[in-house]
Amino acid sequence: MNQPTRDLRKKRPIRKAPFVVIPVFLLLWLIGVATGEPARVLEQAVQVCLSCIGLG
Amino acid sequence: METVRKWVQVIIGFLTNSSWSFPFTKTIYQGPLKVICSPGLNCYSCPAATTSCPLGSIQQLLGGLRFSLENGQHYFGLSVFGTIGVLGGLFGRMICGWACPFGFIQELLHKIPSRKFGIPRMLSYGKYFFLLVFVIVLPLVLVDEFGTGNPWFCKFVCPAGTLEAGLPMIFLQPNLRNTLGLLFLNKFVLMILILGWAVFASRPFCRTICPLGAFYALFSKVRLIKLHLDEAKCTNCKACHHVCPMGVKFNESPDDPECITCLACMNKACKFDAISLEIGGIPLAVPDRGLTPASKP
Ligand code: SF4
Ligand code: SF4
Ligand code: SF4
Repeated sequence: MNQPTRDLRKKRPIRKAPFVVIPVFLLLWLIGVATGEPARVLEQAVQVCLSCIGLG
Repeated sequence: METVRKWVQVIIGFLTNSSWSFPFTKTIYQGPLKVICSPGLNCYSCPAATTSCPLGSIQQLLGGLRFSLENGQHYFGLSVFGTIGVLGGLFGRMICGWACPFGFIQELLHKIPSRKFGIPRMLSYGKYFFLLVFVIVLPLVLVDEFGTGNPWFCKFVCPAGTLEAGLPMIFLQPNLRNTLGLLFLNKFVLMILILGWAVFASRPFCRTICPLGAFYALFSKVRLIKLHLDEAKCTNCKACHHVCPMGVKFNESPDDPECITCLACMNKACKFDAISLEIGGIPLAVPDRGLTPASKP
């Protein structure tokens, strides 16, 4: 039976950095949500931004 | 795999721009989905946009920070930085390769037959300048008499805003045409230059200007999903250098901040299976060139 590129399975150490970075940003997100920021984001996002379109 | 990537780009582009009532409403979508950040650069003043632009939101929140603090609100942009930070930790600039409409537009423009040119590596540092100065420092520091800052990147640079929001809105609301001035002219000329550049060079905006690409690039070494180089297998044939749309020399810099994980080097170039995709260190995929062991060199 063909075993294409199976030696890719040889053991590599698990990288820990992503498991630190992702929870840190998840925590930031939670703090932002807890302060009610998404409501402000929504308030801004539903208005036409004159800067984006080059008018203000 | 390239076809899969194209389809993912199309589907995400559609999902983030799926409000098609604008020919009748003559304005932008104003529903609750706009609370969600789009993963890539996608102007929230685009009439079809269903999500908010992370860069626009950050600039608006930082520009209004003094005002919000005076009112007892602490809007530092944490929810937005948190969202794109989680995305960066998971995918890094894979977002650029797979989920950004403006990156996709540049890829399509680059398909126009013409002579193609590289981009000096030094220019890639420009995007960090735009992130730090135009997205964070200037909106925060330069404020008017009411204490409000401007979204500097949106206002003076962003070609996605001009293309996706400015032009359609001017078309939909003819009265806006009377207010066009130097600000618009500046943004319009920049947009033409950047889109024109994209015909001759691969993803020039992504490589030299985009602050969101710069943010995701910060995760190049720590992101969960990334490419892995098996140095024992690499023959230094440099085939991977020639296919990279971002000018990365993969085997010399496997964690390069410019890599958008398009997988071209893995699937189209490396004949020695030296490149693989991994998730947190665990191999996720093998090259899909359809080679069997017998046909390999
Ligand atoms: S660098 Fe910016 S414009 Fe380019 S694909 Fe990434 S987010 Fe989109
Ligand atoms: S290094 Fe490879 S995966 Fe990364 S952008 Fe270049 S060709 Fe695509
Ligand atoms: S194509 Fe493969 S073998 Fe050749 S230089 Fe790149 S990683 Fe090494």
